[in-house]
Parts: sequence; C-alpha cells; structure tokens
Amino acid sequence: MSILVKNGRVVDPSAKIDAILDILIKEDKIVRLGEKIAAASDIVIDAAGKIVIPGIVDMHVHLREPGREDKETVASATAAAAKGGVTTVLAMPNTIPAMDSVENLELLKKAIQKDARINVQLCGTITKGRLGLELSDVAALKKAGACAISDDGSSVDNAELMLEALKRAGVSGVLTICHCEDKVLSGKGVVNLGFTSTRLGLRGISNASEYERVRRDIELAARAGSPVHIAHVSCRESVEIIAQAKRSGIKVTSETAPHYFSLIENEVLGYDTNMKMNPPLRSREDLLAIRRGLQDGTIDVIASDHAPHTENEKDIEFERAEFGVVGLETELAAAVTELIGEKVLDWPELVRKICLNPARILGIERGGLAVGDYADLAVISEKDSWTAAKESLISKSKNSAFLGRSLKGLVDYTVCGGKIIYQR
Amino acid sequence: MLWTRKDLLGLEYLSAEEIGLILDTAESFKEVSSREIKKVPALRGKTAVNLFYEPSTRTRISFEVAAKRLSADVINIAAEASSVRKGETLIDTGKNIQALKADIIVVRHNCSGAANMLARSLDVSVVNAGDGWHEHPTQALLDIFTLKEKLGKIKGLNVAIVGDIAHSRVARSNVWGLTKLGAKVTLCAPEMLLPPGIEMTGAGTSSDLEEVLKNADAVNVLRMQFERDENTAFPEQLDYFKKFGITEERLARAKDNIVVMHPGPINRGIEMSSGVADGKNSVILEQVTNGIAVRMAVLFLVSQARDASRSSDA
Repeated sequence: MSILVKNGRVVDPSAKIDAILDILIKEDKIVRLGEKIAAASDIVIDAAGKIVIPGIVDMHVHLREPGREDKETVASATAAAAKGGVTTVLAMPNTIPAMDSVENLELLKKAIQKDARINVQLCGTITKGRLGLELSDVAALKKAGACAISDDGSSVDNAELMLEALKRAGVSGVLTICHCEDKVLSGKGVVNLGFTSTRLGLRGISNASEYERVRRDIELAARAGSPVHIAHVSCRESVEIIAQAKRSGIKVTSETAPHYFSLIENEVLGYDTNMKMNPPLRSREDLLAIRRGLQDGTIDVIASDHAPHTENEKDIEFERAEFGVVGLETELAAAVTELIGEKVLDWPELVRKICLNPARILGIERGGLAVGDYADLAVISEKDSWTAAKESLISKSKNSAFLGRSLKGLVDYTVCGGKIIYQR
Repeated sequence: MLWTRKDLLGLEYLSAEEIGLILDTAESFKEVSSREIKKVPALRGKTAVNLFYEPSTRTRISFEVAAKRLSADVINIAAEASSVRKGETLIDTGKNIQALKADIIVVRHNCSGAANMLARSLDVSVVNAGDGWHEHPTQALLDIFTLKEKLGKIKGLNVAIVGDIAHSRVARSNVWGLTKLGAKVTLCAPEMLLPPGIEMTGAGTSSDLEEVLKNADAVNVLRMQFERDENTAFPEQLDYFKKFGITEERLARAKDNIVVMHPGPINRGIEMSSGVADGKNSVILEQVTNGIAVRMAVLFLVSQARDASRSSDA
C-alpha cells in the first residue's frame, strides 16, 4: 500500500521544512520527500493549496473507557481524533477503574487493540485510585507501557509523597504530569473568581489555587531532579512561574488548551455549562499571557483536555454540571483561527506546539515528516471556515465550548500509520 | 416604550427604561389592592405556577396574591431540588409544567442561574423569584418602588445597602437597579462579606457604617444568616451587631427622614434593633404591600410580551 501526497505546503520544523513538496508513503513509513515525485502509488492525495503537517499529538485526552462508555469510548474518541487531524493521544488515567495497576492498564490495552483508529499512548496514575495517599508502582506501569503518570483531575496534596513520586518517576524514565490545583483554595468554586463570579452569584476559583500548586510542583521536581509537565495552564502567574523555572534550568514543560487562548470568562455570563471547565475560563489579561507564553516558548504544548460528558451531566444547574469540554475535533481549527489568524504563531511554530513538542516530551517517535518517520499526517484547508455544531461532532458527547462559533481550518485527510483514517 | 421580554431574570439585563416601565405599571396596579373588589381581569384564563425549590413564605404568597388579583389561576409547587440521576431535572420539571399549558413559571431556586436555564429551555414566561446568590429582581423592584414613593425620585439618591452583600441576591438586584436609575449606592459590610469586583457595577463600598449613614437618604438592611455550609470566615454575631447593626442611636445621627428598608424576615437584634424595625423611618410593611403591585406589573408585562410574540410567530 502506497500513498503519494502531492503539492502540499509541508510544514515540519523538526526537519526545518516549510515548502511545497510531495510525500511518498509506503506501508507505515514516509519513504520519500521531495519536489514532484514521479513514483507510482496506490492512492494520490492532491494537496495543492493545502497544508500538510505531522499528525497531531494530543497529550491530554479523556477517552472515558473503561468505566464511562456512556460519555465516550476508545472507538468514538479516536474517530473524533481522526476527524480533528489527531493521530496520537495520551489517554488520561482517571477512568473507572483508574489506571493505577498493570491489571487495569491491560483492560485499556485490550480496548485499544480492538477499537483504536489512531495511536493511543498510556498514562498511569501517580497514586492508587488517584486518592493521593499511596504511590502507584511506576516501574511496573512503565513496563506495561505507560510513558507518563498523572492524577489528572486532582493534585497530590501531600508534598512529601509528591516528591517521592517525582523521584521514582525520574528513575523509571516516566514523565510526571501535574494537574495543579489546591482544592483548599478552589473549594466549591465553579467560575473564575472576580467580577464574573460576583455577577453570576457563583463561587469563584482564584488564580492562586492554580499557580501556588504550579510553584510547589516545580520546586519538588527541581529537588527530585526529575522532569515535570504542567497540564492545562490557564493564568498569567503560572506562565510567569514556569518561565522563571525554565530560565533557572529546571526541567519543566507545560501545556495549555485551546479554550484558554480563545475564550474568556465573559462567555460564562449566560450560565452556559459548555463554558464550565477546570481550571475555569479566566480574564482577558490571562488569555493574553497564555498567548505570549505560547509565543516565547514558556508554554510548549497545546493539548485539548478533551473531557466528554453526557447531556444529563451538562444540561443542569451550572454549579451542579460537570467540569470539562470536548476538544479533539476543534483544537486544530481553534489554533488556526485564534493563533495563526491573529498572528500569535506561524505554521512552523504551531506544528511545534501540537506535534513535535508533545512527541518529544512524551519520548515517542512521532511528530515529524522526515524520510523514515511514521506516516502520520494531516492535510488541512487553512482558509475554509465552518461552524461548530452539535450535529457535526462525532464524539459521543457534544459538550464543546466552540458550539456556534465560526472557525477556520478544516482537515481534508488524516493519515495514520500509512492508512487514510479520515477523509472529509 | 414597549415591554418585549417573555421573562424577568434579573435587573442586570434590563435598561433603565425597562425598569421604569415596570415601576410605572406597578403604580397603576397599586390601586387595585385598595378596591372593595380587589381583582382585575388582566390575566383571566392564564395559569401561573409558583415553582419553589427553597422554603419561602412571603415571596411565594406575594406572587400568589398578585396573580390572583390579576384573575390568573395559581398553582403552588414546593419542589425538592434533585441532582443528576436522582429524580427529575429542573428542565424536565419545567417542560412538564409547560405541557400542562401553564403560561408563567415563577421560580425560586437555590442554584444561581436556575431561572436563566429554565427561560432558555421553555416557551412559557419565567419570572425569577430568587436564584442562589444571583438575583431577586422583584424584591429590588419593590424596594425601588417604595423608595420612589417615599422620596419622589431615585436619581441622585444616596442609598446604603448593609449586610452580607457577598451572599445576597437582593443586594445584587438592588445594585443593578439603583445604579441604572442613577442612584449612588454604597455597600456597607465587613470586608469578608463584600464580593470581589463589585465596585465595577458603579457601587461604592465601605466598612464604616457611621460614615455611610451620615449621607444616606435610604438604608436597605439585609437579613444576616450566620449558619452556612461554608468554611469561609464569618463575623461573630454579637460583634456584627456592634459594628453593623442598625440601632436608634445610629439612626439619630442620620438624616431625619432616612428611609429604612428590609426584605424580611427580620432578625430583631441582629441586623436591626426592634426600635428601628417598628420606628418612624421604617417602611418594611409598605414594602410588603408594594410587592404585590410590582409583581402584578411583572406578571402582566411578561405575559403580554409572550402573547404578542406568539401571535406574531403564528
């Protein structure tokens, strides 16, 4: 099986490529890259006028399987991913049961083997049951295939335990990903603390509940001498703390999600529960700091934090609705619209944030389009606009923050492992 | 000026003209309650449902009396707040009431935004009778109506609101309504009971009651609730009364004709002394009477707007 992708603008910053080129794929690898390749192939994709990027590596995705297949499954999430140009995801471990043992990882691996349409990377928990009380066996999780650990949805409150977790993860060569939230500070908050929470009469979540924990986890990582990755950065102080840590040589990387560079707290004023996520949508100042952080390299990665929830869990009173939004099908378009469109990033910079950097941080061989690389790529019409709507989403859950919004950038083809897994 | 909204969700969403229209309409309805036969046929054949998820006596009865004086049929539902997967959701309850061909739902709920959510999901009119800490628009409207009746105007008045502003829907609705109508509002409370960013409404804040009362044309005293499920800091009850209680001594240093309001029910000796509650400046019972006129106006206006939009859709 061979595919020839012709005349696209190929963007691959890892190989310093940004030019109109052809890509020849044989089996699951890229075998040739060059101008006007004349080789015969089974399939020809005409990419003239389109942008060709490495398949997106989304390192923050809740597949919900096992345990909450009513929200999402490996099959439905990976189909949604394919539609969004995503060819690799890191599956967050807050499933039921949580991914805190080899046995539980095996459950997920079975589902992946059976249903996954893209690459799914495994993430174990930091603590058993994500309870923050007892460490999971990180060496065993690594052996079973996990490349990272995270208690996503919770932070490990006990600093001694967190330090030990970072040390052990470092020894095992596993990345520690931190959901930074001091729940004593965030309490029962549901929206950004400030005039917005006051207007809505809802409990607020302060920036401090995030950045105080960012500061702590970076300090612990420095003491442990282990790498740490800060998930879903939403506020300006966190950006500043991470920038300082990077300057002083600490091995810290960070990610933000499309809603934090696209939307601000005003969106919540109508009590739309699709604007409810944790951390919450912040102020304009915070959004601008996130964009600057993306520009100057403080924020390495854009990841969706794809968090599907059923209508029953969202179509209720705001303070009772679940936190989180789906994002696999809109993350690329949000980035094209808000970052490329507003000249925050150019294409090579964006490809770093969504392909190259996450692959490097996770230590996986993806994110590039050089000869010999896995044939994972997306062909994109940059200028095509569309409106996100419930009916157009193929994810099992429809809780998108971008519903009704006009976005630019549509995926025409997604190729994963040398196979066309999505075609518009 | 024509009223076009099928719902009343909060005063934040209204213009000064719309608030003025409700007040004017209330004025013309006030007279009904002093007639021998206290009834007009304005809402004859309409059904108003009071859907109350929180215990409330005075607001519920006030809405019921208002609807009955407009000749509407009234049904009261004391509902149990339900959570996901346990009982009926708020929207389902609303849809069921709508299926009974009700015309207006008056909703009281402990969650902020509950009325907004119902209004978005239903064709019937939704009137917010208090949602969480968000808004209690008819309470603020009756406060403003009473104030206007007593002092002849709203624009330029110095109005103090004293008490737990942070957790008060009455305070929020009053702030929006009064500032839109041109009053100067000062919120007076211990620092911990002022919500963040509230000064962005245009209201001032202070923790010095003596100073605030000196200039006030009116003071609206909120009910203090010291029992809360929060672990947030809260003042000691006695200490609060010492610093923020409205007493005869304090009032003696205020303007002679200062208007004293309270949304009720009063905790005598906590936020206000008995002498003040029953004193010459108190308009607390007039507020209750005016509540009926204001709620009649609201029920009438939202119902008319809904009928108008339905006939233009047809």
